Amino acid sequence: MPHIETKDLSQYDVIVVGSGAAGGQSAYTFAMEGARVLMLEAGRNYDPLTETPMFQTPDKAPLRAAPTPDKPYGYFDATVDGGWELPGEPYTLGSEHAFRWWRSRMLGGRTNHWGRISLRNGPYDFKPYSRDGLGFDWPLSYEEVAPYYDKVELLIGIYGRNDGLENCPHSPDGVLLPPPKARASELVFHRAGAKMGIPVIPIHRAVLTERLRAQEISRRIHPRNPRAARILAQEMDQRLACFWATHCNRGCSIKATYQSTTVHLPPALATGNLDILTDAMTQEIETDPQGKARGVRFVDKSTGKTHVARARVVVLAASALESVRLLLNSRSARHPEGLGNSSGLLGRYIMDSVGSTLGGQVPALESLPPHNEDGAGGAHVYAPWWLHPDQAAAKLDFPRGYYIGMGPSRPMPAAGTFNFLESMTKGAYGVRLKEDARRYYGSMVGFSARGEMIPNKDCYAELDPVVKDRWGSPVLRFHWKWSDHELRQVAHIQRTFAEVISAMGGKLGKRAADPTGRNAISQAGTIIHEVGGAMMGEKRETSVTNRFSQVWDAPNIIMADGATFCSNSYKNPTLTIMALAWRAADHAMEGMKRGDL
Amino acid sequence: MNRRDALKWMAAAIGTVSFLDAAPRSLGSGQKGGYGTDPDLLKGAVPWSRTLNDRQLKLTAALADLILPRAGGNSPSASELKVPDFIDEWISAPYPDQQRDRATVLEGLEWMDAEAARRFERDFVALSATEAIAICDDICFPPAAAPKYARAARFFSTFRNLCLGGYYTTDVGMRDAGYVGNIPLPAFNGPPPEVLKRLGIERAPW
Repeated sequence: MPHIETKDLSQYDVIVVGSGAAGGQSAYTFAMEGARVLMLEAGRNYDPLTETPMFQTPDKAPLRAAPTPDKPYGYFDATVDGGWELPGEPYTLGSEHAFRWWRSRMLGGRTNHWGRISLRNGPYDFKPYSRDGLGFDWPLSYEEVAPYYDKVELLIGIYGRNDGLENCPHSPDGVLLPPPKARASELVFHRAGAKMGIPVIPIHRAVLTERLRAQEISRRIHPRNPRAARILAQEMDQRLACFWATHCNRGCSIKATYQSTTVHLPPALATGNLDILTDAMTQEIETDPQGKARGVRFVDKSTGKTHVARARVVVLAASALESVRLLLNSRSARHPEGLGNSSGLLGRYIMDSVGSTLGGQVPALESLPPHNEDGAGGAHVYAPWWLHPDQAAAKLDFPRGYYIGMGPSRPMPAAGTFNFLESMTKGAYGVRLKEDARRYYGSMVGFSARGEMIPNKDCYAELDPVVKDRWGSPVLRFHWKWSDHELRQVAHIQRTFAEVISAMGGKLGKRAADPTGRNAISQAGTIIHEVGGAMMGEKRETSVTNRFSQVWDAPNIIMADGATFCSNSYKNPTLTIMALAWRAADHAMEGMKRGDL
Repeated sequence: MNRRDALKWMAAAIGTVSFLDAAPRSLGSGQKGGYGTDPDLLKGAVPWSRTLNDRQLKLTAALADLILPRAGGNSPSASELKVPDFIDEWISAPYPDQQRDRATVLEGLEWMDAEAARRFERDFVALSATEAIAICDDICFPPAAAPKYARAARFFSTFRNLCLGGYYTTDVGMRDAGYVGNIPLPAFNGPPPEVLKRLGIERAPW
């Protein structure tokens, strides 16, 4: 951990706990606006420029890069020191309905390997309770958040298109980068969708399909801050456009995709206002007699020593549930049930996205002339929720929606890519097996849904009364229960996917569609969209934070990550997390300037 | 642009500046005997030792080459692409999936030799192609295998998947299957016209 002995840990305006999407955005905003920022990251330093395995084929890795408990998404996945289980940092389950918790202990956190899917919540998504009486409204409207979506999209670079679909807001002119062309299987999906009335359109992802116009964008983001604009332009100029090879989940050494480590942190560091301590595991927020935060206590993992850092504002961006755990572990006479828990809602109403998959085989895609479909290292198309009219007419038996995503059909082969051949060929081996590999490679399609879960009281996290982590802090115990809303949605997903595969002229793979949804819903937590636990609201009695992500009970604590989500639309949460983190940081800067914070 | 040029081009493009000094690697402490949670992603090293003896390796090679034989000048056999060594690496790994496959493969290899001896009074590697195929045909598809061959068929299934995994994840193997990516391109133009024509798509929608 560099510099810790020589730094004065009480000289900062802001402490940011965590370095991923929320931490990166918070540090960026504060540092660019002139605040002195200390970032604490629990994992090690990580440099995508020198550590990213670009172009390595699987035979350059142990076990042909297959997933293992050490590297659950495969050897080349950018995640280091992360996974479903972390040594010395357990969590427990309080109900039979299991929950799995993905954590990354590394600089940049989960932004290093994420799917880069970047969708705006629409107007409906901020007011779901008002529309159907379920869950909670945000104390925000789309219009209030839109300027921050604009800024985040400009800063990180998003490809996509404005398609004018219901509840899928447009980005302003000049914000989106051109979407990549659809691949062969995506075109067949598009054609099937047209027959079925399902709009298959360009997805939005944080990948540069062309160089960013650094000068223009930087001035647009920082119109009244010439120094910030100059610094950002310099760093933005270091980013290259995608060269259409190697999967984004490996990270990107040419900075063509968004990672906190290549997009947020370089300009923030270039201001001279940001210091980063890695291997610094935050344990507790310290409060003053009035109950406000005055700093944090953390362990230097390399020495085991405890340190205290002081600041006017503490930003929690450790990932939703880790940030909740920090508050729960910050108990004092004034905050006996955990800091920020006067409403009793801390840790309550946690959510994940609903996930479900189905695969098939499409004869039209067999034996195509070999062609390069690496593309932008992730999805090019998706089908956002298209049945708003049916829902409004009460024709569906579940609320809210989902989108359809599609996996690549001609990916770089991985260890298990051809396992389907046994059933497809009824046990071929020899020369015929090779011929069939050529014939069927590219014809397997896989669909994946991301759906909206309704928050419910049976899904929550609390401190385990017994189990502690290796540094002595109580760990989280999870409770989870899907409701019929989610199961019925998954049944619909399964039915729809089977119809889509059929409309593509294909047939289902080994697994049949699940008519109940019960067996086809992804395990809770495994979509890694876990949010909530410190919900945002209008009133302190019924929420944990206010509309600027400030903890009601200690307003100089900002919950910058997904913890504030009182509702989790089907859209992937990261873009919204960044937009709200920026908004919260802007508001806190004003507060600090006024002297309120 | 070939791979080597591409890497050089990329190195030049990104420059050498890193924004933070490289930190020492923390020690992974996941699965005992594994490569840990923080291995060198650029130079994958296998920390565990291999299992198979010389006889087992020869048998593995013979069976792997029966499953994926040489087929013309550009399509080498499994053993030419070092698939037997990969299978040895796989079944020697300490992780749960691999440990399960280890038991299946070790038992299956013994069964192959025992079955060859029972039917033809020779080791499997000494069988003629016709003789070897006679055995494999009985076990190559678990749903169709006779009950007495159920275990052997499960082995064959695992073994074939390992052969496929080992073969098609090499540069030569993936190109044999029709994968042509992993090279930098100045633009992504979508499927070429002959592919669109085959799909009956006149014009891409964007």
